[in-house]
Amino acid sequence: MIDFATHPDRYRHWTLRVDGPVAELILDVDEEGGLKPGYALKLNSYDLGVDIELYDAVQRLRFEHPEVGAVLVTSAMDRVFCAGANIAMLGQSSHVEKVNFCKFTNETRFGVEDASEYSGQRYISVIDGTAAGGGYELALATDYIMLVDDGSSAVSLPEVPLLAVLPGTGGLTRVVDKRRVRRDRADFFCTVTEGVRGKRALDWKLVDELVPRSKLRETATARAQEFAAGRPADAKGIALEPLKREFGEAELRYDTLAVTLDHENGAAEFTIRGPEGEVPVDVAAIHDAGVGFWPLALARDLDDAILHLRANEAELGTWVLRTEGDGETVAAYDALLETHAEDWLVHEITLFLKRTFKRLDVSSRSMIALIEPGSCFTGTLLELALAADRSYMLDGAFEESNQPPATVRMTSMNFGPLPMGNGLTRLETRLLDDSAALDALRDEIGEELEADQAEELGLVTFIPDDIDWEDEVRLAVEERRSFSPDSLTGMEASLRFAGPETMETKVFGRLTAWQNWIFQRPNAVGEEGALQLFGSGKQAAFDRKRV
Amino acid sequence: MSIDYNETIPNNVNLADDRRLLRALERWQPAYLKWWEDMGPVESDDLSVYLRTAISVEKDGWANYGHVRMPDYRWGIFLAPPEENRQIGFGVHKGEAAWQSVPGEYRSELRRLIVTQGDTEPASVEQQRRLGKTCPSLYDLRNLFQVNVEEGRHLWAMVYLLHAYFGRDGREEADMMLERHAGDIDRPRILQAFNEQTDDWLSFFMFTYFQDRDGKYQLASLAESGFDPLSRTCRFMLTEEAHHMFVGETGIMRIVQRTCEVMKEHDTDDVRKFGVIDLPTIQKWMNFHYSICLDLFGQERSTNAANYFSMGLKGRYQEGKIDDDHQLDGAVYNVPAFEDGKIVSLEVPAITASNERLREDYTKDSQRGVNRFNKVIRDHGIDFELTLPHEAFNRGIGAFVGVHATPEGKIIDEADWEKMKGEWLPTDADREFVLSLMVPVVQPGKMAGWIAAPRRGIHGQPLDYEYVKFH
Repeated sequence: MIDFATHPDRYRHWTLRVDGPVAELILDVDEEGGLKPGYALKLNSYDLGVDIELYDAVQRLRFEHPEVGAVLVTSAMDRVFCAGANIAMLGQSSHVEKVNFCKFTNETRFGVEDASEYSGQRYISVIDGTAAGGGYELALATDYIMLVDDGSSAVSLPEVPLLAVLPGTGGLTRVVDKRRVRRDRADFFCTVTEGVRGKRALDWKLVDELVPRSKLRETATARAQEFAAGRPADAKGIALEPLKREFGEAELRYDTLAVTLDHENGAAEFTIRGPEGEVPVDVAAIHDAGVGFWPLALARDLDDAILHLRANEAELGTWVLRTEGDGETVAAYDALLETHAEDWLVHEITLFLKRTFKRLDVSSRSMIALIEPGSCFTGTLLELALAADRSYMLDGAFEESNQPPATVRMTSMNFGPLPMGNGLTRLETRLLDDSAALDALRDEIGEELEADQAEELGLVTFIPDDIDWEDEVRLAVEERRSFSPDSLTGMEASLRFAGPETMETKVFGRLTAWQNWIFQRPNAVGEEGALQLFGSGKQAAFDRKRV
Repeated sequence: MSIDYNETIPNNVNLADDRRLLRALERWQPAYLKWWEDMGPVESDDLSVYLRTAISVEKDGWANYGHVRMPDYRWGIFLAPPEENRQIGFGVHKGEAAWQSVPGEYRSELRRLIVTQGDTEPASVEQQRRLGKTCPSLYDLRNLFQVNVEEGRHLWAMVYLLHAYFGRDGREEADMMLERHAGDIDRPRILQAFNEQTDDWLSFFMFTYFQDRDGKYQLASLAESGFDPLSRTCRFMLTEEAHHMFVGETGIMRIVQRTCEVMKEHDTDDVRKFGVIDLPTIQKWMNFHYSICLDLFGQERSTNAANYFSMGLKGRYQEGKIDDDHQLDGAVYNVPAFEDGKIVSLEVPAITASNERLREDYTKDSQRGVNRFNKVIRDHGIDFELTLPHEAFNRGIGAFVGVHATPEGKIIDEADWEKMKGEWLPTDADREFVLSLMVPVVQPGKMAGWIAAPRRGIHGQPLDYEYVKFH
């Protein structure tokens, strides 16, 4: 089992140092510390295990170290920053593993950018040596790139000439979209194995600053101090204590949710529980609650469950999303998040929820939301239904039940704080450019909406009644299972992201899709493919036909 | 293949017919001379040195000796004569006609090989630049300068290839050769052994014995290259490299000789007080230089080396004399590795092991000279043997990085290493002692007390010939 939970005490590849407003993340990959046997992580190359630690560190910096305003990403290795994803690891990975790996590393890099942009924790790469492929892509995800100007330190994206694959962790997109490297120069850059160094790297905007080696430490520290300004110096972080979870054969149990693993139907059934008990009254109470504060607990549990299912349960192709609990209390929590949005912790929690729902958006699983009596698809939790490919809402109540009919409710959380990768809210994406319909939705904020209203407003897909419910729901899941998982993945990914392109949608849509295609092609992974032969000394033989 | 000395840049590549290339090199030339002035032998511009200058690339082309001011040395571009219908001897292109221009698909690999090799040439001049101030004799001073000007010419050889075949990138790389400097913290030389200090003559002789021998093996494997201009230029460079190794070997030999004489004369091992270098100290220098030179060969298992081989860019030592398919299909080779605290031998695809194979050839070759040093010691009836340390000793690259081993190859822990390393590698006190002996001797025919006279002079000249004239 691949486990995404870790702790700095257990890191094998990174060291996290915090010194007042400046933190340092030092990459020092343990060659023998690969997740699986069969490859050595040489030259600071990484596998999923290395990236899980990075993700953990980025998260901890946000929650445990709010005083930190700048994070230096450095290497402990002489003359090597990072050599990117380990090629031998890629070579022995299944297609599913490769795709999962790339998705997670991409999400982690967007998480770094999210911290730079929204949390005021700005990341700075300090490259002393070579940053190749994924190594440079890691740097690209940071806010500022410093490169030693020693005549040999270089940044490079050698995937095309060396491996016949792509710099698939955002490299191609970030070079032109984020760093505004001219496309013709980028074209050259991405075909030259040893990359670009020194003045040309700076002139072409591949890096932000050149530094002599003797001044590196000094300059990096100075830059970090500049960047770090503006963080709440007196803020006290909250500890991200280990998740309480139990993984059984047929069920995953977390504090705020449970997932039933239905291998027969290829489905994972999520039940997300709404908050219970007293709602904290003020910011101090939120801080006191720490990881027990329901929205944060939910984000952490849901995040871990998504990652676990993606990495370990590839055959559970349909995720059924249910909620249970009191919508009123969910709304109260949403109001709390809105009222105290200026507080660093509340702000972080909202950002974390945003990123977690984004994970759902890019998960290659069919998602079906079931809205039943007793559920609490309100505000933040309504996002689950809006993220789903389809939703079914029971019209009325079940016979012989004394529960009131199912309702859904919008809160301000549905109108801005939790955007998708395309920069729009899920509602905006759903009702693309239909401002009248969106206005109509806004008028209903806070209202408990029954099925017919929800349908009319465009919030749910179907509203079967008690008589049809069971069959409709069963058929939806069974039918889903009969389709090709590949075509479903492609179809869903295409339909989910209506509206504008952003760097994020390009990376997950365009770049990743091309990469995944190339990962299947003989020119890369065939017996004579470049990725397969890398390291063997044998030369790849290409099928020269352009497709 | 005579050399045209009428041109600003002596050459045997018809530079006059290639105005574009000539212009490019003429632009580089002043930068080179400036570099020589700034980074070459210190305070040497006015010295008149008895140097040999090649006038052709034929065997007898060297017979041109005379006193020259070093900045006036005719650095130029000399390639060995072309071999007719030369074919690529190994890799996937085996049997195809050798390339006269750079194959597009291998452009960056070839450039990297040439840059890495080229970078070492000026580096050694920089490392040795202060030695002229402490020469043990005029004979040795002249040899130092001969080595220096030839390393300078080797740089020219690599720069010619970069200018002639690699366009703008090649010209930039050529400029960078003069911007990186040995031991410069901001712009170091590419390979670590070329950033170490060479500030005493024992180090110089060790350097020319060990580092230049690495050069020999690198050049020999590049001489096999399918890229014919590289092959031809390396073949010619090898003839110059041989002299450098001669300087190293005879230098060490003469030091050993002198030490043994003093040991016998005073019947003691404790000879430092007599102003000679004791044998254990010589061993320490040997341990240091040999171990850092093993690093120069790279990783035992190397993807780059495998690619260079299969692409036909860099062969094995004397590829033509090896009896196999020269493609290494399915062949295996044993390389050392470190597993579970033990040194083991791993069978790996031979194509990935060409660095290791070259290193083994180098080790055998290095041992031959050491045997000759030991014969000198034995002939004096002294019970001491100089040895090459184990491949796991003091390594910075490859399977033994981070491993502590004795010169015999026994694995020890860090504490023991820290305790013992001063017994095996030069300490500050050792360096201080050796440096204390480095007092210049510049009267013709005189030798410093710690080194024996050479057997004969240069080019038939007597030992008391004025090999270097101070004006």
